[in-house]
Amino acid sequence: MKVALFVPCYVDQFYPQVAVASLQLLAKLGVRADFPKQQTCCGQPMANSGCEQEARPVYRHFVETFADYDYVVGPAGSCVYHVRQHFDVIDQTPAVRHVRTATVELFDFITQVLGVTELPGAFPHKVGLHLSCHGQRGLHQANASEMTPVRDGQLRRLLAGLEGLELTELDRNDECCGFGGTFCVSEAGISARMGQDRVADHVRHGTRVLTGGDMSCLMHLEGIVRRQKLPVRVLHAAEIFNGALA
Amino acid sequence: MSQSPTHAQRSDLFLLDAERTTWHDETLWFVREKRDRAVYATPEFQELRQLASDIKDHTLSQLSEYLAQFEAAALANGVRVHWAADAAEHNRIVLGIVRQAGATRVVKSKSMLTEECHLNPHLLAHGVEVIDSDLGERIIQLRDEAPSHVVLPAIHLKKEDVGETFWQHLGTEKGLTDPQQLTEAARQHLREKFLAAEVAISGVNFAVAETGAVVVCTNEGNADLAIGLARVHIACMGLEKLIPRLSDLAVFTRLLTRSATGQPITTYTSHFTRPAEGKEMHVVIVDNGRSQQLGRPDFRASLKCIRCGACMNTCPVYRRSGGHSYDFTIPGPIGAILSPNIDMKQHASLPFASTLCGSCTAVCPVKIDIHTQLYKWRQVLAAEGHIPASKQYSMQLLSRVLARPSLFKAGGAVARLGLRFVPHALTHAPGYNPWAIARELPTPPRQSFRDWYAQQGPTNAPA
Ligand code: SF4
Repeated sequence: MKVALFVPCYVDQFYPQVAVASLQLLAKLGVRADFPKQQTCCGQPMANSGCEQEARPVYRHFVETFADYDYVVGPAGSCVYHVRQHFDVIDQTPAVRHVRTATVELFDFITQVLGVTELPGAFPHKVGLHLSCHGQRGLHQANASEMTPVRDGQLRRLLAGLEGLELTELDRNDECCGFGGTFCVSEAGISARMGQDRVADHVRHGTRVLTGGDMSCLMHLEGIVRRQKLPVRVLHAAEIFNGALA
Repeated sequence: MSQSPTHAQRSDLFLLDAERTTWHDETLWFVREKRDRAVYATPEFQELRQLASDIKDHTLSQLSEYLAQFEAAALANGVRVHWAADAAEHNRIVLGIVRQAGATRVVKSKSMLTEECHLNPHLLAHGVEVIDSDLGERIIQLRDEAPSHVVLPAIHLKKEDVGETFWQHLGTEKGLTDPQQLTEAARQHLREKFLAAEVAISGVNFAVAETGAVVVCTNEGNADLAIGLARVHIACMGLEKLIPRLSDLAVFTRLLTRSATGQPITTYTSHFTRPAEGKEMHVVIVDNGRSQQLGRPDFRASLKCIRCGACMNTCPVYRRSGGHSYDFTIPGPIGAILSPNIDMKQHASLPFASTLCGSCTAVCPVKIDIHTQLYKWRQVLAAEGHIPASKQYSMQLLSRVLARPSLFKAGGAVARLGLRFVPHALTHAPGYNPWAIARELPTPPRQSFRDWYAQQGPTNAPA
């Protein structure tokens, strides 16, 4: 099985530790992932701004970069969702179709491709899980409160399986954090307010470590946590599992 | 971008009052939670949504036939049917009917369509007194404001605001805030108006093609009272309100209020089929941009909307920006996909007033792919030149770099680029950094991942 690690541009630049943790976690699970270094970006910032036309060359470059891999694994639900959902505007060559289905989010890969539904280790902290909307509603990684009162999802289960870890029960389990890509600057006021409300829900219920599967939401929330100097650590779930797994 | 203020600019005004924003968000979230409980208690809810969606898709696919069927059935019932291509024609028709009836006093029950057409100012300008009889509508009418929500038109107001308004206009005691007493004051005031009205105007929730009847759903019974008392009833409807058969109606009545307020059904679901003895009934069928939207394959499904308001209650942006921030008759996510059809330039910022979180799509009882349509409108607006040129230019530049790794990987360039597009406008607004108003920037690490990886060498990378 040939696996490539897809590292979103902002993770590469600002959160290299998340990519390192993803690579190491995969290695511990017996998967050696390559990092094709010609990779750049999935094109989402452009497309979400309305510039899908301009994003097409970026989509094609993404496909060329990863066409030879069986799986393209990324620690970011939103970027993965973009590739799977919105690469429909370029010619659907066999390579494009392959890359669209082969691109999977890290925890989808671990639980569904590798079939690993429990990760050993301990993490004795009060942990708040932030669900990324694109992961939850787009990739169907977790139940949605619009449909059912049952709060369930693969990441929630994996976290709950760690020894000593206590999950925070939030008032609003799956409200959007307000990052939204370019939304975070074009609608800066609303974006900030949404993020502040999300963080407040966590603080109110005792979250000490805020985590999730999508670093873009977490970048935004971390910005708020640090501005407000709150005693909350923000970690990507890959960092937690990689650290917990000997 | 349009000259008129953007959604973000109008939101910033709303956000200034942080406490009121909290209250607005929590009030609407409370309604969303009531909706959730009603949905969870209805095991077949998702099947109902699918059924409703299919019925609406089907109806829209042969709308002209259903409209013709409806008209024939209504005429046979003794109802007079009028067709209006746009708002102006709608207003002319309604005024004509009022004049022909020799009337000067009209009561109106809730109708987003007449709001859309700005019927009230038109009637008032021609010497016709028009009173909104729905409590929320009456409050905003007294304040000369637009509705801020399709189901809860005065939801932007607190009970103190209502007390103030009634003190000014209805002569209630100053400082009255007890909802019960306020409602009673409105009731007394409206009763006179009901009794005096010669013409009753209502909206239409559903029009049944098979029977030619219109169905009006209210909680206050105000439509029934007004229509029962007045000699002339004018029902105004958008041409997308049709359903084929009476037996289809139950699917929608089961969905409508569960989605809207969490009630199993509206208090009053009234069927108006034919005029009562000695009275007149008119139906005005309005296009006003709808057939144009029907002709846009990507956006046609927006016409399935039954105006339940659930997408507003769930929208994390709407809850914090208020209905008036959309500056369109229908606010919220659905308004953001309907409005560019009417005027792309003026409403260009609305499809961008979303994080594309998808919650609207997940609650919509007729399964409109709202967030997908928001995304698609963005593409249309950019292609038609309705996004700022600077944004388009930077996206073109970005595309060239991202499609050529040789440009991308040059270390320093990458960092700078990263800063440019991660929070995209950081370098675009000197002196003002929108990201930094509430957030710290990520601290740039010593090394990017690609540098770390290169240093490890693929073979030294963990195996
Ligand atoms: S778009 Fe759907 S959720 Fe929104 S008001 Fe219309 S029917 Fe209700």
